[in-house]
Amino acid sequence: MNAHQWLELAVYIAALVLVTKPLGLWINRVLNLSGRTWLDPVMRPLEKLTYHVLRVDPSREHDWKQYTCAMLIFSLVSCLFTYAILRWQDILPLNPQKFGALAQHLAFNTAVSFTTNTNWQSYGGESTMSYFSQMVALASQNFFSAAVGIAVAGALVRGLARHTAQTIGNFWVDLTRIIYYLLLPICLVLALFFVSQGMIQNFMPYTTAKLIEPQTVSVQKTDANGKPVMDAKGNPVMVNQTLDTQTIVQGPMASQVAIKMLGTNGGGYTNANAAHPFENPTPFSNFFQMLALLCISSAMTYHLGRETKNQKHGWTVWSAMFVMFLCGVLVCWWAEARGNPIHQQLGVAAADGNMEGKEVRFGIFDSALFATVTTDASCGAVNSMHDSFTPLGGLVPMFNIQTGEVIFGGVGAGLYGMLIFVILAVFIAGLMVGRTPEYLGKKIEAYDVKMTLLAFVILAFIILGFTAWASVSKWGTSSLANGGPHGLSEMLYAYTSGAGNNGSAFAGLNANTPWWDTTLGVDMLLGRFGMIVPLLALAGSLAKKKIVPAGAGTFPVTGITFAVLLVGTVLLVGALTFLPALTLGPIVEHFLMLKGTLF
Amino acid sequence: MQTKTVSVFDPKILWPAIGDAFIKLNPRLMIKNPVMFVTMIGAAISTVDIFRSPGQTGFVLQIAIWLWFTVLFANFAEAVAEGRGKAQAKALRATRTRTGANKISGDRIEVVDADSLRKGDVVVVRATEIIPADGEIILGAATVDESAITGESAPVIREAGGDRSAVTGGTRVLSDEIKIRITANPGEGFLDRMIQLVEGASRQKTPNEIALTILLAALTVVFLLAVVTLKPFGIYSGTVFSNAVLIALLVCLIPTTIGGLLSAIGIAGMDRLLQRNVLAMSGRAVEAAGDVDVLLLDKTGTITLGNRQAVAFVPASGVTERELADAAQLASLADETPEGRSIVVLAKNYGIRARSIHELPDAHFVPFTAQLRMSGVNLEGKQIRKGSTNAIRQFTGGMFPTEIEKVVEGISLSGGTPLVVATRERVLGVIHLKDIVKGGLADRFKRFRVMGIRTVMITGDNKLTAAAIAQEAGVDDFLAEAKPEDKLALIRQEQQGGRMIAMIGDGTNDAPALAQADVGVAMNTGTQAAKEAGNMVDLDSNPTKLLEIIEIGKQLLITRGALTTFSIANDVAKYFAIIPAMLMVTFPVIAPLNVMHLHSPDSAILSAVIFNALIIIALIPLALRGVKFRPLGAVQILRINLLVYGLCGVILPFIGIKLIDIIIAGLHLA
Repeated sequence: MNAHQWLELAVYIAALVLVTKPLGLWINRVLNLSGRTWLDPVMRPLEKLTYHVLRVDPSREHDWKQYTCAMLIFSLVSCLFTYAILRWQDILPLNPQKFGALAQHLAFNTAVSFTTNTNWQSYGGESTMSYFSQMVALASQNFFSAAVGIAVAGALVRGLARHTAQTIGNFWVDLTRIIYYLLLPICLVLALFFVSQGMIQNFMPYTTAKLIEPQTVSVQKTDANGKPVMDAKGNPVMVNQTLDTQTIVQGPMASQVAIKMLGTNGGGYTNANAAHPFENPTPFSNFFQMLALLCISSAMTYHLGRETKNQKHGWTVWSAMFVMFLCGVLVCWWAEARGNPIHQQLGVAAADGNMEGKEVRFGIFDSALFATVTTDASCGAVNSMHDSFTPLGGLVPMFNIQTGEVIFGGVGAGLYGMLIFVILAVFIAGLMVGRTPEYLGKKIEAYDVKMTLLAFVILAFIILGFTAWASVSKWGTSSLANGGPHGLSEMLYAYTSGAGNNGSAFAGLNANTPWWDTTLGVDMLLGRFGMIVPLLALAGSLAKKKIVPAGAGTFPVTGITFAVLLVGTVLLVGALTFLPALTLGPIVEHFLMLKGTLF
Repeated sequence: MQTKTVSVFDPKILWPAIGDAFIKLNPRLMIKNPVMFVTMIGAAISTVDIFRSPGQTGFVLQIAIWLWFTVLFANFAEAVAEGRGKAQAKALRATRTRTGANKISGDRIEVVDADSLRKGDVVVVRATEIIPADGEIILGAATVDESAITGESAPVIREAGGDRSAVTGGTRVLSDEIKIRITANPGEGFLDRMIQLVEGASRQKTPNEIALTILLAALTVVFLLAVVTLKPFGIYSGTVFSNAVLIALLVCLIPTTIGGLLSAIGIAGMDRLLQRNVLAMSGRAVEAAGDVDVLLLDKTGTITLGNRQAVAFVPASGVTERELADAAQLASLADETPEGRSIVVLAKNYGIRARSIHELPDAHFVPFTAQLRMSGVNLEGKQIRKGSTNAIRQFTGGMFPTEIEKVVEGISLSGGTPLVVATRERVLGVIHLKDIVKGGLADRFKRFRVMGIRTVMITGDNKLTAAAIAQEAGVDDFLAEAKPEDKLALIRQEQQGGRMIAMIGDGTNDAPALAQADVGVAMNTGTQAAKEAGNMVDLDSNPTKLLEIIEIGKQLLITRGALTTFSIANDVAKYFAIIPAMLMVTFPVIAPLNVMHLHSPDSAILSAVIFNALIIIALIPLALRGVKFRPLGAVQILRINLLVYGLCGVILPFIGIKLIDIIIAGLHLA
C-alpha cells in the first residue's frame, strides 16, 4: 500500500467525481425527448428514421404495463436473435477459425447472459466465437442490454418526478435515444483510444507463432476414443508433450471492449478478459476501462437529482454508494496486500502480497481496485482471478454483488436497485418522524412496499435457492474444482453473479454443463426481469401519486443522516440475508486459512 | 368517562389478559400476523422435536418453552392493549339500561320498547327519563345529563333548531320536556358504535399497518430462505443442524419484536385518544392525524375565548370616561350576550354599580336586530344606542366626528372590535371590544411550525381584525370574511396541492368541510350531521383538542417506526450469538466470531431465544405508552430516534444476551 498506489486511487476518485455532473446532465437530456444536444444535427435524422421504420410515435407515451411489455418483447426478440446466431455460427460468415455451432445449453446460457447484461461466460471467447458472433450477436446485445437498463432506471426516475401522471415514457424512444446519443458516441471515442493503446481491431485469422523456447508439459494420455487411460491403480497415465507453436488471437476487439466496459456488460472477448494483454494493453487502458465502468452509473445519480429537482438527494445517494465503494476497495486491497500467511511461512510469497491469479503488470492495487469496481458495477470483466484472492479479499467482490449491485451498480440497474433500498430505508425509518413515509413527496403505501420487496425477495430466493440446490446435488458438486468451504463460495458466487447480472466468476467452477448452464440461465433471467417488472409497476404507481410539498416535517432524504441510514440499510439487509451462507463459505475459509488450511 | 382512570397495569386488566393470550393462539387469529404465525409453527415443530431428540431433550425442551412464551408474550401485549377498551365498553354497557319510549303515533302517545324505535319515529321525553335512542330535538329545550358518554357531570342544554339539537341515546333528561325525531336504528346508535370502537371489535388494520405488515412478512420470507438453505449448506459442509437450532435462529431473526407489538401499538393509540375523550371512528383517522400538513382552526372558541370582551372606553372629546361608561352600561343592560355582560362588568370599574332592569321601569329597551345592527335603551327622553360605525352614523344622521373615526380605525387595526355609543344628538365614544386569545397557543403553534404543520385561522371577521388576531395568536395564515363554503374550497385547494388537512367543527354548515377534511373532528355538542361527517368526535367539545390529536397520531407512527428499527437492528447481535454456536462443532476455528464469549453453543442459542422473548415483555409499556414525542423538525427527530432505537438496537442485545448467558451458565441450564 504505497504512495504511488494511494495517488492512483485519488486520481481515479477525482476523475469519477468530475465526470459525474457533465455526464449526468447529458443523460438528463438524452432521457427527455425534447432534450437538445450538440449531436442533434447528426443523430436527429437517424433517430427520426428509426422511429419511422419501427412505426413508433415518439410523442405517445406508455403506461407502466405497456412499457413493461415493450421492454419484455424487445428483450425476448433480441435474446432469440442472439441464440439463433450462436446456433448457426458454423454457416454464418466471418469465421476464419471455423468454429462450430454452440450446444443448445451453452447458446441458451450465453444468449440469456448477454440479454440480461450479465455476460456470464461459460465459454472461452477466443476458442468458441466467430467474429460474426462476437460483433453481431454479442456486441450489439451489449448495447441493447445496457440501454434497457438505463431506460428502466429512467422510467423509474420519471415515476418519481411526475405527479398525477398515467405514463412513464416511451420505451422505444428511450432505447433509441440512449443508444444513439449516449452509448454509441462514447464507445466510438473509447474504442479509438483503446486502439491507440495497442488493442487489436481486425478481421485477420489467428496468427501462429513459433516459440523461441519450446515447452514440455505433462498431459493425460488418451486412448483412441479420447478417454483418459488409467493405470492399474486407477490413476491417469501421464505423457510428456512438447509445444513449439502458439496461436495468437485476432479480431474486432476494441469495438467490443468499449461497450463491454461502458455498458457494464463485462463479457470478455477473450477468456482471460481484461487480464489479456490485447484486451487491456497498458496502465492507461486499465485506468480508462475502470472509469468507463462506473461513469454512467455514477452519472445516473446526478440525473436522479436533476429530474426530481432535488440535486442534494442525487449527491446523497452518490455519497452512500461512494462510501461503500471506498470501503470495499480498501478492505480488498488491504487483504490482498497482506497476502497469504501460509505462503509467507513457506517463504514463497511475493513481496507485495497475494500475487496468485494476478497479472504482474497490474499488481496488487490495480487488481484489487479493478475487482471492486467490476463487482460494484455489475460488470464482470476481470483483470485478475477473483477465485485466487485471499478469502477476505474474495469476500469483498462477492458481498458487493450480494448487496444487490447497488454500489454504483450496472448502468441503470445500479440506480433502480439502489432505489429499492432507498424506499426500504424511507419506509423503515420514515415512520420515526411521525408521518406516513414519503419519498420525494410521494407517499409510500402498501402497494409500493409490496413491489419493492418483491424485487428484493426474488433476488434472495434465486441466489440462496439455487446455491442450496446445487450444493446437495451431484450435478452441482461434480463441477467443483475445489472442495470444502471454497467450493461453496464458488457456487454461491456463481448464482450471486448471475442473479446480480454481474457475470464475473470464481473460476474454479466448470459451469459449462447442461445443468449449470440452464440453472444459471434461469437465475440470470429471474435476477434481471424479476426485479425490473415489479420496479416498473412501482414506477407506474409512483407516477400516479400527488407530490406532497416538502416542509420541516418531511423525512429528509438528503444529508449525512440519510446517507448513513441508506448505507446501514444496504449493509444490514444484504448482510442479514446472506450472512449464514457467507459464514459457511468465505468466513470459515478465512479462519481455516489463518489456521493453515487451504482449498 | 367514568373508567378513564383505569391503568394499563391494573390487575383487573392483567389477569384476563393472561387468559386471552392463550385464547389468541387460535391459528385462525394468528394467521393475521404472519411473523407470529411463523413463530408459532416453529414452536409447534420444536415441541414435537422434544421427543425426537435423545440426548438433547433438555435443550430442545427449553427452546420450545421459550418459543411458546414468545408467542404468548405477543398475544399478551395485544390482550393488555385491548383490556382497557374492554373495561370501558363494559362500563358503557352498564349504562345502557333497557328503557321504554313515549312514541307519538298519530295524535296519541303510546309507550313502546326502546328497541322497537326506527329512524324517523318521533318520541317525547320528559324530565328524569332516559332518551331512548339517538335523535334530533324538533321541539323544546332541556337540560341533559350526558355523563354516561362524556364523564362530565355538569348537565348541558339541548334545544331544537341550531347547532345544539342532537341528543344521544342513553343520556338522561333532567328538566323540561322535548320532542325528538329518532335518527338511528337500534344497535346503530352512538353508544353502540362507541362500545364497538372501544372494544376494538370493529378494528381494521390501517393503511400504514398493512404496509408495515407486508414489510415484516417479506423480511420473514427472506429470513426463512436464509435459514432453510442452511440445511443443504450444512449437508455440503458435513454438519447437521438440528431443527431446534434452525428454528431458534429463524425466530430470532424474523422481526418478532415489532411483529408481536404491532397491533398493541395501534390499539393503544386509539386508547390514548379515548383517554383524552376523543372517539376515533377508525384507526385510519388516527394515522392520518400524524400526516396532517395544515390545521384549519375556527377563530372563535379555538384561538380566542368564546367571545369578545370590553376592555376600554374611549370617550369623545367633551365626554368623560365615566359618562361614556354610564351610557354604555345603560345601553347594554338588556344585552344578554357575553359582550353585553362584559360591558356592564367593565363599567363597574368606573364606580357605576350594575343596575337591574327592574330598577328602571320606564326604560324601553331596544333589542339588537340584523337590520338596524345596534341595540340600546330609551330612557328619560334620551335614546342611547351602541352599534357598528355605519349603524351609528345612520342613527346620528351622518354626524360623526373624525376624531372618533380615527379611534375606530385604530381599534380595528389592533384586532379589536369598535362599538360606538351615541345618543341622537352626539357620539359619546367608543367601546373597545377585544378578542381574548387563549394563553399558550402561540407556543403551541410554534411547535407545530417546527414540525412542518401550518396553522390557518378561519374567521368571519374583516381582514384587518383577522390579521391582528392572527399575529397575536401566532398562526401562519388566516382566512377572513369566511363563509362556510369558503372553508370547503380552501380544504379542496390545499388537498389538490397534496396536503392533508385537519379541522374541527360543530355546526351543520361545517359538515361538508368536515367530510372533506382528512381529519375532521366533530364536537359532541354539535349537530348530528357534523358528527356523521367527521371521523372523530371530541366528547369534551374542546376545539384545542385537535392539537393533541395530531400529537397522538404522530406518536403512534413514531412508535411503530422506532420498534421496527429496533427489531431489525437487534438481529446483528443474534447472528453473533447463534451462527458461531451452530458452527463451533464442525469448525472450531470459528471461535473468534464468538465475540460475546458465550458459555457454550447451547447456552448461546438459548440466550438469544430468551432475549428475543423477554424483549417483547420489556417493550410492552413502551408500545402502550408510545415513545416520547418531541416537537422537533424531521431531521432532528430522525437523528435522535436513529441513535436511540437504531444504535441502541444494535448494542443492547449484545449486553442482554451476555447477561442471560451468564445466568444460564450459572444455573447449569445448558
